[in-house]
Amino acid sequence: MAESDNIVVETAEKIFADLADPQTINNDKKGSWQAPLWQALSEAGLPLSWVPDDLGGSGASLADGFALLNAAGRFAVAVPLAETMLAGWLLAQARIASPEGEMTVLPASPKDRITLDADGSLSGRTRGVPFAKAAKHFAVLAHGKDGVSIALVDAAKARIEAGLNVGYDHSDTVTLDKVQPVTLKPAPKGFDQTTLMLLGGVARSLQIAGALESMLDISVRYSNERVAFEKKISKFQAVQHNLARLAGESAAALAAATSAADAIANAKAFDDEVYLEAASAKIRCAEAAEKGGAIAHQVHGAIGFTMEHILHRYSLRALAWRDDFGSESHWAVELGKLVAHRGADELWPLVASR
Amino acid sequence: MTAALRFDPIRLPEKCEQLRKEVRAFLAEEIAAGTFDPHKPNREDTDAPEFSRRVGAKGWLGMTWPKKYGGQERSFLERYVVTEEMRVANAPTRRFFVADRQSGPVLLKYAPEHIKMEILPRICRGEICFAIGMSEPNSGSDLFAAKTRATKTDGGYLINGTKIWTSSAHIADYMIAIFRTSPPTKENRRHGLTQFLVKMKQPGIKVNPIGQITGQYEFNEVVFTDHFIPDDHVLGEVDGAWKQATSELAYERSGPERFLETYYVLTELVRAVGPNPDTRSAEGIGRLVAQLHTMRRMSVSVAGMLQAGKEPVVEASIVKDIGTVWEQQLPHRVRDLAAFVEETATNRETLERQLDFAIKTAPKLTIQGGTTEVLRGIIARGLGLR
Repeated sequence: MAESDNIVVETAEKIFADLADPQTINNDKKGSWQAPLWQALSEAGLPLSWVPDDLGGSGASLADGFALLNAAGRFAVAVPLAETMLAGWLLAQARIASPEGEMTVLPASPKDRITLDADGSLSGRTRGVPFAKAAKHFAVLAHGKDGVSIALVDAAKARIEAGLNVGYDHSDTVTLDKVQPVTLKPAPKGFDQTTLMLLGGVARSLQIAGALESMLDISVRYSNERVAFEKKISKFQAVQHNLARLAGESAAALAAATSAADAIANAKAFDDEVYLEAASAKIRCAEAAEKGGAIAHQVHGAIGFTMEHILHRYSLRALAWRDDFGSESHWAVELGKLVAHRGADELWPLVASR
Repeated sequence: MTAALRFDPIRLPEKCEQLRKEVRAFLAEEIAAGTFDPHKPNREDTDAPEFSRRVGAKGWLGMTWPKKYGGQERSFLERYVVTEEMRVANAPTRRFFVADRQSGPVLLKYAPEHIKMEILPRICRGEICFAIGMSEPNSGSDLFAAKTRATKTDGGYLINGTKIWTSSAHIADYMIAIFRTSPPTKENRRHGLTQFLVKMKQPGIKVNPIGQITGQYEFNEVVFTDHFIPDDHVLGEVDGAWKQATSELAYERSGPERFLETYYVLTELVRAVGPNPDTRSAEGIGRLVAQLHTMRRMSVSVAGMLQAGKEPVVEASIVKDIGTVWEQQLPHRVRDLAAFVEETATNRETLERQLDFAIKTAPKLTIQGGTTEVLRGIIARGLGLR
């Protein structure tokens, strides 16, 4: 949980505690917290955690980066940290150096496609791109006649229709119309859009798990303060059992997400076992966001439904994160197809493979 | 943070995978020899003493215990693998399951040396069956309201009263039970109960089978009338059973049996929908597999904590709460998803027969070994709410 076991997480938690306190941010209607937070994160090299030193990043391990995303979820951090990390990681797959500043990835949904034309330009329309409006560059995965390529694109060359997700963060529609990339290189063998979606999905799972840990924390605290019918509401068995269920959902999300992160960090290839881990994490964390978030709100009553209370910063973001890089419905269908294709007697060996 | 819940991503070590192959090969031989049918989950009232001995001969009973008591000094993670493979295969584990999981560890901790030397090797050989005597007609979840009396007499105790819902008592050689040796005190209502080792099939013990809604007779009423138990069969502190009960719960509550009880219907559903399922079936199966995978990761994580010498009581309670609710709902979800399975599916009859049994089994899963309500109370205490 909040224990920091590595220097990356420790650094990040200190920055979050100083500059991303949810209550302070919630009171700040002008958004003046954003620039100093991003600057501190950048100076610490965190947005480019997954970019090797020689490509302009800080060269942290996948595992450290995952732990950082879990911490970011605990603070419901609303700057494009996860997005820039994913973009830097995607570019590094093709040995493309990362520029400074905010980035995000295209596409951010399994169904959308960017195509690479014969003249080397990129075209396509992608919806639900997180923080596109804030990004200076896009890391793009494109399909051409020779296979999959990875490109760095100047955000100014794209058409962006701004939108907000259910958590009030930017989730935009980005259209590339014969845009010439800054750099374009072939993706490594075997790397495809599914690989990107699985990693993005695990990133979101860790953020959801982090948000649920905080929802549990503030809900328990609130129940120990709030008095109704002349006693603390934490003393009512109905409330206790709701909170026990929230703890279960939080624990399930954390277990699924950290297991998937560990599987990817140690994977030699994106095989069926890694697929099971990553898809399961997104499915189970999305379910937990729904069930757990509902309990956190129920415990808080009307105050949790107000803009001035911080609960919505976690609950709505956790719900919004369900949609990115493939919803739980998408992954459930894909995982179900995989299981059916392998056959009934191969289900248990898959589940028990590690 | 108020709640320091941890579920670290524990992986089973390489030697577990070797062991898993051995267990699968053994079970395949047993199935081929006709010992049991893996497609027939209603094994609960089948007693398989010869199978039990063969499992013991493999060294898979009491496998974490010291060698001098017949154990193998292997890890909890290895035991975990044996347990889950047996469960998934629907192997007839009734005769040895309780002794291996629960009774043996209690004896290891609290029995006098000569009793350990006498009984533990027999558990390891798969020779003897244990029951657990906790509930009574007027005390179930409220364990410390037990009234069955143990009255001091020359060289031992005389037992009078009734235990109930006692699984396997009709075949058991021993029972580990709690009896009242003193009244509760004003300060501590849990005071006054003592844990005993009971030798079954003796004068003063009458076992009456109780029919269950599955049509089986696997639990019983056990009536004690002036049954004598010698002094050296007291386990632990007289009047102090309440101090001994809690740490065992992590073992009992977090194992693979807490979410795999109805797993067979999921396998059969996958078989019934075939290699190219429609979207509805695919999504339903995908969600169930994701939930199953998550619970297994949580359960393995708790096994890892146990191996590391921790007492993850709250985490174990979470595993049992989520796991038993899931395995209880599973047959109903599978029934939903199977509603449009082709009439021609080759395993249609098997699936229907399994669903019939699983749906009847489901209600007990959130009651046995600690009800959902009790578990949520334990979790709430862990969260600092009570």
